[in-house]
Amino acid sequence: MSAAARFTTLTRLLHWVMAAIVLTMLFVGIGMVSTVSGRYHGLIGIHRPLGIAILVLAVIRLVNRLLNPGPALPMHLNRLERFAAKASQVVLYVLMILMPLIGWGMLSAARYPVVLVAGVQLPTILPQDPALYAVLRQVHTVLAYVFIATFIAHFGAALVHAWIYRDGVFTSMAPWRARPSSRQ
Amino acid sequence: MTVAALAFAYVGGWMSPHRLSPARMIAAFQQVNGSHPGFRRNHAKGLCFIGYFDSNGAGQQLSKAEVFAPGRMSVVGRFALAGGQPFQADAARTVRSLALRISLPNGEEWRTGMNAIPVFPVNTPQAFYEQLLAARPDAATGKPDPTRMADFLARHPESARAVAIIDSEANSSGFANSRFNSLDAFRFVAASGATTSVRWAMVPNEAFAADDPTDPHERSPNYLFDALIAQLHQQPLQWHFVVTIARPGDPTNDATQPWPVERAQVDVGTLTVEHAQGEDSGACRDINFDPLVLPSGIEPSDDPLLSARSAAYSRSFTLRAGETKPASAVQTPPAPSAERP
Repeated sequence: MSAAARFTTLTRLLHWVMAAIVLTMLFVGIGMVSTVSGRYHGLIGIHRPLGIAILVLAVIRLVNRLLNPGPALPMHLNRLERFAAKASQVVLYVLMILMPLIGWGMLSAARYPVVLVAGVQLPTILPQDPALYAVLRQVHTVLAYVFIATFIAHFGAALVHAWIYRDGVFTSMAPWRARPSSRQ
Repeated sequence: MTVAALAFAYVGGWMSPHRLSPARMIAAFQQVNGSHPGFRRNHAKGLCFIGYFDSNGAGQQLSKAEVFAPGRMSVVGRFALAGGQPFQADAARTVRSLALRISLPNGEEWRTGMNAIPVFPVNTPQAFYEQLLAARPDAATGKPDPTRMADFLARHPESARAVAIIDSEANSSGFANSRFNSLDAFRFVAASGATTSVRWAMVPNEAFAADDPTDPHERSPNYLFDALIAQLHQQPLQWHFVVTIARPGDPTNDATQPWPVERAQVDVGTLTVEHAQGEDSGACRDINFDPLVLPSGIEPSDDPLLSARSAAYSRSFTLRAGETKPASAVQTPPAPSAERP
């Protein structure tokens, strides 16, 4: 891969905006379920609109990805590394779309009003069913941990590409243009 | 990466096992009351009802919430006794509660849970937790250890003052003539943007009658609920929805403190309770009366109990939603053996 092969500006913008939102979301989510302090209500107030924002952005991003696949992975990666790269991206896409839907669905099944911000309420997307709510609520937690683990692995792999392989994978997504480097 | 993982662990509470999480709060209820799958972890013994709220329009000067526009809105509610034991015998001294879900015409909901005490015994989630554990039955005697509660009150003078206020108020004879108070403060937001700190109460139309401990009916384990069911068979029961307006300086973050009695009050409408429904299949069964399910125009105050209630109720609801609930103590029509003449 040449240093010039980069994802499009739109792709990079979506990537980094969503990286910031998802990271915020994961901290908000894990923080709000661990406290009965006054922060709880504020965190829930952020969690719901942020989740829907991630859902909308993730769908836009998925369409963009299909239209603009971006540069291929460098040839030096072995099969396991290729598999890990592809699989972690699939997991991240699936979670970005599935987690907000599960959250929305579980609130629907519990018949909580799905209030995004004061006065803006989403329709319910599942019938009222407490048992279904209990299952979805549990799945939401388990997948949140999977999300955190995958996020950290993705972040770690990006650093490996940037600092050890120096193979242009990181700079292809970096928000800035790669400086000419004698190492490449 | 390690930093990121540690940051998650810190925020998630794994490094601070003493942080009061919703799970820990609800586990304490189980520790005190034993395990009662399928039931609410607090206010476990209850009865559903359906009814309606007639707004008279007077609340519109204080809040833009549609609930205060003149008109009738349907209500699903629940009368209950405080405590996590779904089969406890009714007792005059047990705190009674009234929870409402008012459905607004625009699709919003207002959920509120009120108690028939003038102030709340604690003003922080931590104190609530300590009080809960201080009241747990002693392993040897099966009764709460009075020295533990005395220790708690000595460490929490605000609770000692609140308990004195609560004890000074005579218990009424039943649910129908109980006054139910929001205890926590909230903020009403008017259409102009002006905010007002308020507390509210459901004030019964039924005349006050003091509890009579010599009444032989009090030996019946469901006497309060059965009397309520019998009254509702006769006619609907009504409460006036009365909003109390704070003055600057009135505590909004301390539910142990009463507001001065001369504060202005606005009667914003009437709650009519039409029919009782046993909660095994009643409409209230699957509702979490989360006090922070609020319509636009009503906001939480800085009272720290509100977030704690919301978080703990959510945990309780999540647990019971995944469990199978045995039959409730209170049935409609009442079980023949417990029926009052």
